[in-house]
Amino acid sequence: MSSSVLTEEAIPASTVQHGAPGTRGSAGTRAVRYALLVAFVLLVLLPLYVLLVTSFKPSADISADTAWSLPHRLSVEGWGHAWQTLSPPLLRSLILAVSVAVISSVLGAMNGFVFARWTFPGAQVVFTLFLFGMFIPYQAVMIPLQAMFLQMQDTAPFVDGIVKLIIAHCIYGIPICSLIFRNYYATAVPREILEAAKVDGAGMLRVLRSVVLPISAPAFVVAMIWQFTSAWNDFLFALFLTTRNNGPVTYALNELAGGQNPDYSSIMAGVLIASLPTLLVYILLGRYFIGGLMSGSVK
Amino acid sequence: MATVKFDEASRIYPGNDKPSVDRLNIDIADGEFLVLVGPSGCGKSTSLRMLAGLEEVNDGKIWIGDRDVTNLSPKDRDVAMVFQNYALYPHMTVADNMGFALKIAGVEKSEIRKRVEEAAKILDLEPYLERKPKALSGGQRQRVAMGRAIVRSPQVFLMDEPLSNLDAKLRVQTRTQIASLQRRLGVTTVYVTHDQIEAMTMGDRVAVLKDGILQQCDTPRHMYDRPNNVFVAGFIGSPAMNLLEVKVVDGGVRLGNGTYPVGRDHLKEASGDSVTMGVRPEDLTLTSAGQGIPVVVDVVEELGADAYIYGTASDAKQHQDVDESGADLPERPFIARVDGRRPPQKGETVYLAPKEGHVHMFDSESGKRLGD
Repeated sequence: MSSSVLTEEAIPASTVQHGAPGTRGSAGTRAVRYALLVAFVLLVLLPLYVLLVTSFKPSADISADTAWSLPHRLSVEGWGHAWQTLSPPLLRSLILAVSVAVISSVLGAMNGFVFARWTFPGAQVVFTLFLFGMFIPYQAVMIPLQAMFLQMQDTAPFVDGIVKLIIAHCIYGIPICSLIFRNYYATAVPREILEAAKVDGAGMLRVLRSVVLPISAPAFVVAMIWQFTSAWNDFLFALFLTTRNNGPVTYALNELAGGQNPDYSSIMAGVLIASLPTLLVYILLGRYFIGGLMSGSVK
Repeated sequence: MATVKFDEASRIYPGNDKPSVDRLNIDIADGEFLVLVGPSGCGKSTSLRMLAGLEEVNDGKIWIGDRDVTNLSPKDRDVAMVFQNYALYPHMTVADNMGFALKIAGVEKSEIRKRVEEAAKILDLEPYLERKPKALSGGQRQRVAMGRAIVRSPQVFLMDEPLSNLDAKLRVQTRTQIASLQRRLGVTTVYVTHDQIEAMTMGDRVAVLKDGILQQCDTPRHMYDRPNNVFVAGFIGSPAMNLLEVKVVDGGVRLGNGTYPVGRDHLKEASGDSVTMGVRPEDLTLTSAGQGIPVVVDVVEELGADAYIYGTASDAKQHQDVDESGADLPERPFIARVDGRRPPQKGETVYLAPKEGHVHMFDSESGKRLGD
């Protein structure tokens, strides 16, 4: 889901018009095309359906035989229980994801600006090294990361729980955010605007603050959605850097789902609750209107 | 206000062996309007950007007034620049665009407002001060870009083809406005264009560049009357000067069946036994058959008072420009200005003779002007 948003933002609207099948082909091919599309949509929505119906069933009614049927009796018990268990970690996840989204986008904007428009000798090499960062798997740094935080425990005891995750995700997000902003600045922000600002007397930080950042909204949307989602969805870092008392919602969800006697309705409700925020972010930010932001600047 | 001096200034782009600007020397007087002109890739924009501080100077020096600015950053040079595509800040209003430099310089808000309003008045931008650039027409945006330069009262104005994005009519209108505005403000101005008409009409002096090398820097009149070399001769003037390869004979050069008299001292410097002769279209007259250059008329352009005939000179070999790739450029027609009321017909053969004293002689090999 996140990757589709990224490409849609990155590709100009005019090239994303292949979704207009009604204009081509005969009625027959069109019918086939729609049938296929509907089939795929149903396929994608099936698990969601099971989640939804199960979450409203009382625990006693849940069995594999009736998994597909609608609930006989409506019950919000599962939702209540899930909310009670998940609301503190939900808040922590929210703090985590928002902090990560904001901090790493700002860092990415600064890096991207320098890589694209205020280059220095050797910038290309440094940028390539940055990109390598994207290909380091989480698993590879698990132990060194844990060791580093353990060492920090004495000197900086406040680095714990969510703060650890914020630091880890911000660092991990620097490569991708730098890439997003670099590409945006290299293509969408005309060089002349920055040159005009330089001639007008602005230094690097002034150009960044007064000219570049105010016209970076589209790149911020992309980078923030990306970072919000990856921080929100992360389970691996949460698992080895936090505990049940200070971990994010993914950790808590795992706790909820584990155990001898799983309460399926609360698990399903919990899954839905935990996935709502990312959905909201897509709806709110993803529809951000990009066109026309740069218009009037040049020519 | 200040003088500007390019002192052997050179720019070599990384990865190139040939300099894009090669030891440029120009002295620009205080308050002068200097136009840099030349074909694309000649180094005119690079020269301007070197003066702005946007392009590194690899060799030589640049002076503004008595300050050596060669290694200063743009913000310390006190120059204002108008870009070809205007480069307005899209998120700022017209007033903020114009006042941005002053704001950075720490000028008081009321003073900024005052100066922006003054500039807006000069440029007829008063109703648009609170608009964003996207709500403006092309001409208005161009004026905002001008305004951004004016409010600063800089030492030097730099303009990089500021009219090339306007339509033809507006371009002519704005051309005059910029020239008169510059005279009024008296700010030293360096203006880059590829359009030789803009160069001739706007500049106090015109500097013609080709392949990074300054060909000639002179007043428009003098440059038109006495081009230094074949390139300037062909570049300045519209329609272009006719250039012919002619054989040197006793007492002059061979032209058609006759001899066109040319002073001995003109030809004694010539390196070969032929020279390049240049004649402007308006310096040709129709003569009787058998004399002068026979030309078959291909096209007649009637402009009312005048008419231009475009034709093929049937015997004289025409001088061919050779571009950098070594390929011959398409053959240029022979052009002559004739009386608009009695133009010759298409397909007719006419005989054209240059007016006495209105020909230019160039060395066939070096292209340099011969004699006076």
